[in-house]
Amino acid sequence: MTPDGTSPQVADMEPESRTGLGRERIAPQTGAPADAHPVAPADAAGTVETKQGLSVTLEQLKAFYGDAEQVKGIDLDFRANEVTAIIGPSGCGKSTMVRCINRMHEEIPGAHAEGRVLLDDADVYDPSVDVVAVRRAIGMVFQKPNPFPTMSVFDNVAAGLRLGSGGRGGRGKADLHAKVEGALRAAGLWDEMSDRLSEPGAGLSGGQQQRLCIARSLAVEPEVILMDEPCSALDPIATLKIEELIDELKKRVTIVIVTHNMQQAARVADRTAFMLSGELVEVGPTQEIFTKPNDSRTEEYVTGKFG
Amino acid sequence: MSAPTPMSGQFARFAVSPARRRKDKLARAAITACTVIALIPLGLVVYYLLSKGLGSWSWSFLSTDPTGNTFFKASSIGGIKSAILGTVEIVALASAIAIPIGIGVAVWLVEYGRASGFAKVVRFFVDVLTGVPSIVFGLFIYIVLIVGTGSSYAGYKGSFALALLMLPVVIRSAEVILLLIPDALRESALALGAPRWRVIFSIVLPTALPGMVTGVLLAIARAAGETAPLLFTAAATDKTNLNLGQFMNSLPVQIYKDVTSPTTAVVNRAWGAALTLVAMILLLNLIARLISRRSRLA
Ligand SMILES: Nc1ncnc2c1ncn2[C@@H]1O[C@H](COP(=O)(O)OP(=O)(O)OP(=O)(O)O)[C@@H](O)[C@H]1O
Ligand SMILES: [Mg+2]
Repeated sequence: MTPDGTSPQVADMEPESRTGLGRERIAPQTGAPADAHPVAPADAAGTVETKQGLSVTLEQLKAFYGDAEQVKGIDLDFRANEVTAIIGPSGCGKSTMVRCINRMHEEIPGAHAEGRVLLDDADVYDPSVDVVAVRRAIGMVFQKPNPFPTMSVFDNVAAGLRLGSGGRGGRGKADLHAKVEGALRAAGLWDEMSDRLSEPGAGLSGGQQQRLCIARSLAVEPEVILMDEPCSALDPIATLKIEELIDELKKRVTIVIVTHNMQQAARVADRTAFMLSGELVEVGPTQEIFTKPNDSRTEEYVTGKFG
Repeated sequence: MSAPTPMSGQFARFAVSPARRRKDKLARAAITACTVIALIPLGLVVYYLLSKGLGSWSWSFLSTDPTGNTFFKASSIGGIKSAILGTVEIVALASAIAIPIGIGVAVWLVEYGRASGFAKVVRFFVDVLTGVPSIVFGLFIYIVLIVGTGSSYAGYKGSFALALLMLPVVIRSAEVILLLIPDALRESALALGAPRWRVIFSIVLPTALPGMVTGVLLAIARAAGETAPLLFTAAATDKTNLNLGQFMNSLPVQIYKDVTSPTTAVVNRAWGAALTLVAMILLLNLIARLISRRSRLA
């Protein structure tokens, strides 16, 4: 355990002026318009820009597969509109921890999580919270690009809008088109894809597919995006494009990225957290983690002595 | 290396030895022989179907009912119209029952039941049902819907028997296809905030559709060719009857009756009916494949 490494971070949560946004975002929908959240009027590509990220705070987060505790009580703060990288050796629980944030962990049979995950100031594990709303507010990009194989490029991006229960997408064709274009622009795909919208999404290159998946999660206008090794299946050029994209995206969303690539963490992350066997060893500004970490295990890991 | 091959120098060590060459030839010959042996009965079936069946095919063969008069000239025995329409109706109703229920069960097994105790019980019973001889399904419907209710034969009762027969085939084949759909696909849809039922209807089922078509067609083909479950549920009649509540003719039952006749013309009608049945199933196959190909983008 390393309480010394983590507690200051939790303590110095900056007093947020936008308090209450998270509560509003994930509160159970009571028949009110799905879009109670103040969003600028939708014009092509404009909608996404005006959004702001929300902070995410883990409090004593534990995750279990059956009885096996694989995430062992983590306190961690992901600041709004920052990129936080999670690093650590294989099997240390990075994916598990990240999947707890948007409650995907509980989709695995026998798995459950304990503790609190605060989106801004609302606990996503609160019994009154709708899990669907949580996942709309917290998007996810997976390791392997996986566009929906039966759908075109356009339909892939529109999928989140159409699949949603309340139907943020139910506001007319022009609006849907504007949102899809906005998401594709935000993912840096519009120029390549604007005349290929009806082609199957599975027919793109790996890098394009991954950016398509990013566009797909952007289309539902999340405040946070979780990325679990989003570049591990991509070549260096495609990786670079995604990294540039991440830099661009953090203006409007909070980003959590799991990576095995130290250089990548150093390039994209404002802050970096190092995990070891289900525990958080330390978290801090990326620069510090890589140059003068507090914990000797972090130093050994980032300098490649183990892992 | 002194192998008697044209290879020399640095390539000599890659040369195939004569012994291995012989073994390879032998193995190839054995596999080819197996294929040919399997093709012989298949080819003979097609040959007999065509040579005997085509002869009785004509417009009046398809457009008139059997007369029931089987002892006179070939021209007076009639065609198989009632049998074709009966088979289409009975199998259509059976499919309308078995396909949605079967796919529903498969979806439940894969998406919800998973490894639960009840799912295991369901899988076990489906396996048992797959092995049950078709006549037993007919018997079951006969006992329950005919003896049990004191009523008489009817087309829809035949459909029920065929639906029971199709059910396990549809369930098992759909389940196998659903299991092939990667979990990553479901997860990425769930992570978009889609409710589970929408994920199933909008992502999982469309992706699985082309694969499911094969299993469904197999079930339909099997049901369409069954005689035993229809004999004492839908019975037989010569006249065209579109009312599923009454006796109904069907191709397999017509074939069954005709083939035992002493009159050559009637036996030939059985061949014609058999060819018709095969052609119908082939046509259905073709249509379904075209549809499922068109609906798939990838
Ligand atoms: N579905 C599962 N069922 C049971 N145990 C699991 C499951 N998924 C992961 N685990 C276990 O949980 C621990 C953490 O796994 P996790 O996938 O979170 O590691 P990770 O840090 O993401 O590793 P990697 O860098 O290789 O992706 C591992 O010990 C793993 O064996
Ligand atoms: Mg992982």
